[in-house]
Amino acid sequence: MNLSFFDQFASPCFLGIPLILISMLFPALLLPTPNNRWITNRLFTLQSWFLHLITKQLMIPLNKNGHKWALILTSLMTMLLTINLLGLLPYTFTPTTQLSMNMALAFPLWLATLLTGLRNQPSTSLGHLLPEGTPTPLVPALILIETTSLLIRPLALGVRLTANLTAGHLLIQLISTASATLLPVMPTVSILTTLILLLLTILEVAVAMIQAYVFVLLLSLYLQENI
Amino acid sequence: GPLSERRLMDVRLGELPAWLATCDLSPQGLLGGVWKACNSYYDKYINVKRGGPAGISMLLAGYCLLSYGWNYQHIKCHRWRKYH
Repeated sequence: MNLSFFDQFASPCFLGIPLILISMLFPALLLPTPNNRWITNRLFTLQSWFLHLITKQLMIPLNKNGHKWALILTSLMTMLLTINLLGLLPYTFTPTTQLSMNMALAFPLWLATLLTGLRNQPSTSLGHLLPEGTPTPLVPALILIETTSLLIRPLALGVRLTANLTAGHLLIQLISTASATLLPVMPTVSILTTLILLLLTILEVAVAMIQAYVFVLLLSLYLQENI
Repeated sequence: GPLSERRLMDVRLGELPAWLATCDLSPQGLLGGVWKACNSYYDKYINVKRGGPAGISMLLAGYCLLSYGWNYQHIKCHRWRKYH
């Protein structure tokens, strides 16, 4: 059997049911729904605190029309955060390593921001294609460059998330394989490799959180330009 | 009390088939049963005054076990693989 290091990213199926379905629905079990109590349980208090934090952070730069996007941006942030962090547990499957899922998230949301801008304030949206104060001879070239950078945004959003998470998981697998293989041969080197693995795991936790934040932040920035 | 009104934990092993015959096996009934089980787990371990990490950790451990079971066909050949 010709197997590669990328087998961990193959979508596992059991009796015809793909695990990706359960991996995407599982975070809903970890996040409690609000009830009518004044003082709730600790998990819900933590969740409310966190949601208030990110809502404040995302919504301050937006104007009143942008606040309609509060629900989708905060729920996207929560979903990406939980999915990324759950992927670091052993044997679990991370749906955000699949480019298909990330493009399915990035492309419609970016297109929504673009179309909102073009519909409500077309001149201002098109005006973003030329930065202020550019010298006149450079204007055609710069418009082409800015249009390219505009059109490449959904691709960048999706690929950024996929690549960061895939690279992290791959590194963890490589270093842990090295560490386990070296253990009978050179124990000291194996211990050093395990130390590197610990540091890498801490990095991966940070990357999981940062990537979710960056995804949503960039979307809110694109929204700011267009709303 | 009568068999149909008792909860699963109160039913004796010999009475299990009879109890299964009395419960509601339609999709709504099953869904209702799953919903009740989830809520009772929540109320017992998470929705308490001074809950700790135990409630969520059990859920995460169960998730890891489920993922292991889902991937078992792939994992069982790990010992004989030349390249991992």
